Amino acid sequence: MDFFVQQIAAGLTSGAIYACVALGLVMIYVSTDHINFAQGEMAMFATYLAWAMIDAGLPYWIAFGLTVAVAFAGGLFIQRVVLKPLENAPVLALVVCFIALLSIFNALAGMIWSYTIKQFPSPFPARDVFGNGLVSVQQLGVVAVTLVMLGLLTVFFRYTTLGLAMRAAAQNATSARLMGVRVSWMLALGWGLAAAIGAIAGMLVAPIVFLDPNMMTGILVYGFAGALVGGIGNPLGAVAGGFIVGVLENLVGSYVIGNELKLTFALIVVVGVLLLKPAGIFGRVIVKRV
Amino acid sequence: MSALLQVKGMSAWYGAIRALYELDLSIEKGGVTALLGANGAGKTTTLRAICNMIRRSGSTVLDGTDITRRSTEDIVRMGVAHVPEGRGTFVALTVEENLKLAFHIRRDHAEARRDMELVFEYFPRLKERIRQQAGTLSGGEQQMLAIARALMIRPRLMLLDEPSFGLAPLVVQEIFRILRRINAEEHVSMLIVEQNAALALDLADHVYLLETGSVVTSGPSAMVQNDETLRKAYLGY
Repeated sequence: MDFFVQQIAAGLTSGAIYACVALGLVMIYVSTDHINFAQGEMAMFATYLAWAMIDAGLPYWIAFGLTVAVAFAGGLFIQRVVLKPLENAPVLALVVCFIALLSIFNALAGMIWSYTIKQFPSPFPARDVFGNGLVSVQQLGVVAVTLVMLGLLTVFFRYTTLGLAMRAAAQNATSARLMGVRVSWMLALGWGLAAAIGAIAGMLVAPIVFLDPNMMTGILVYGFAGALVGGIGNPLGAVAGGFIVGVLENLVGSYVIGNELKLTFALIVVVGVLLLKPAGIFGRVIVKRV
Repeated sequence: MSALLQVKGMSAWYGAIRALYELDLSIEKGGVTALLGANGAGKTTTLRAICNMIRRSGSTVLDGTDITRRSTEDIVRMGVAHVPEGRGTFVALTVEENLKLAFHIRRDHAEARRDMELVFEYFPRLKERIRQQAGTLSGGEQQMLAIARALMIRPRLMLLDEPSFGLAPLVVQEIFRILRRINAEEHVSMLIVEQNAALALDLADHVYLLETGSVVTSGPSAMVQNDETLRKAYLGY
């Protein structure tokens, strides 16, 4: 029983991280209809920035805040400089562009910080919450950060006019323009948010898996699975999907197929969802009258 | 009366295809101008060109300010509300959110809230459906929502693209009655594109007749209404 609870707790922790990655993917998907394959590498690169700041002597939370801000600006910058010129380009060109970004960030990180594994500090102590070895403060902290972030995003999208403008721009760009919304800036904002969320995911996962340029590769697949399970157009669903994938992955890994095949499980989930329920569990079907 | 919108020598293209030829238009302040003509005459194109939604040349002056090089968003922010063909509904947003979108570009939110009440006075039906997903509205209600959204930005000029399209005659009558009230009570000038010429002539005080991208003739509505040859040749009744 203890083992089972431990597995659930560990699953929720990794689930929280997948949820962050999924959220970043959803953020860009809803505003531009694209899947950003570089989401993971952007997060990894931001985590290196945080590492460099902490290494230079900055306190953890200041480095955390600065990294999120820099990532946001970076996401904005990438959209304005790299993607805006491709506004009318075919989807394939964009896919190639995302893959290029992926390998550029990967190589850049390796070049600047080398490929040797680095330790990344955690702001949360590793000790137990209840003193019985089941749930650690670290695990609880990771889940809490994810939930807080989801809360903030929900408030932003539901209750602010800027959030509303972003949703409108994503849904019907022409019509949004006719309401005075600067659509192309809304897309840039979406990229900024996605990059910031990714940075948080990177900083949460780095203490667990250690920091190296390839740390997000597998996690991106899980995040993608999470986003699909929840419904790729739905932030709340993406987070739920992330948690579901995290827990399932852990249980299936420890009871059924073993740790080596866990990533395969994620891919099976991806294919399964696409085949059986493409809108995801929480995907909303939008009623449209013509 | 002075001109609110002055368009000079406007041409427009869809890709390589030219759709407008050196169009001149003058929209009076406070008036309703109708743009009539057969399918493909360039009516919708003219509205799009005014808002800089397609490639175009010539000059556009709004109330003394040159808006030729302004972006669509800027033109809207300067008070030109475009009610587009197909109504442009944000289907997954609620009716309320569709209207609240205007808050994004409005500084004074208290005033915007008062405008929302005003909009509901014109369109009580939208108030009944305030929490409903806009995609579930009927065609007539979506047209009302489109006009209501345009009103929310406090326009000086409203560009209306076939507000009667695909609607039942009774609904069309209702919408045109409301448009007339908006024009009179809110002092919103209008440029309206219509297939239904009789309806538009009834509302408008000035008319432009378009054929294959050029103005054939223009003048007071009464002139066209009384000119049988003109009516038969271009408006088909």
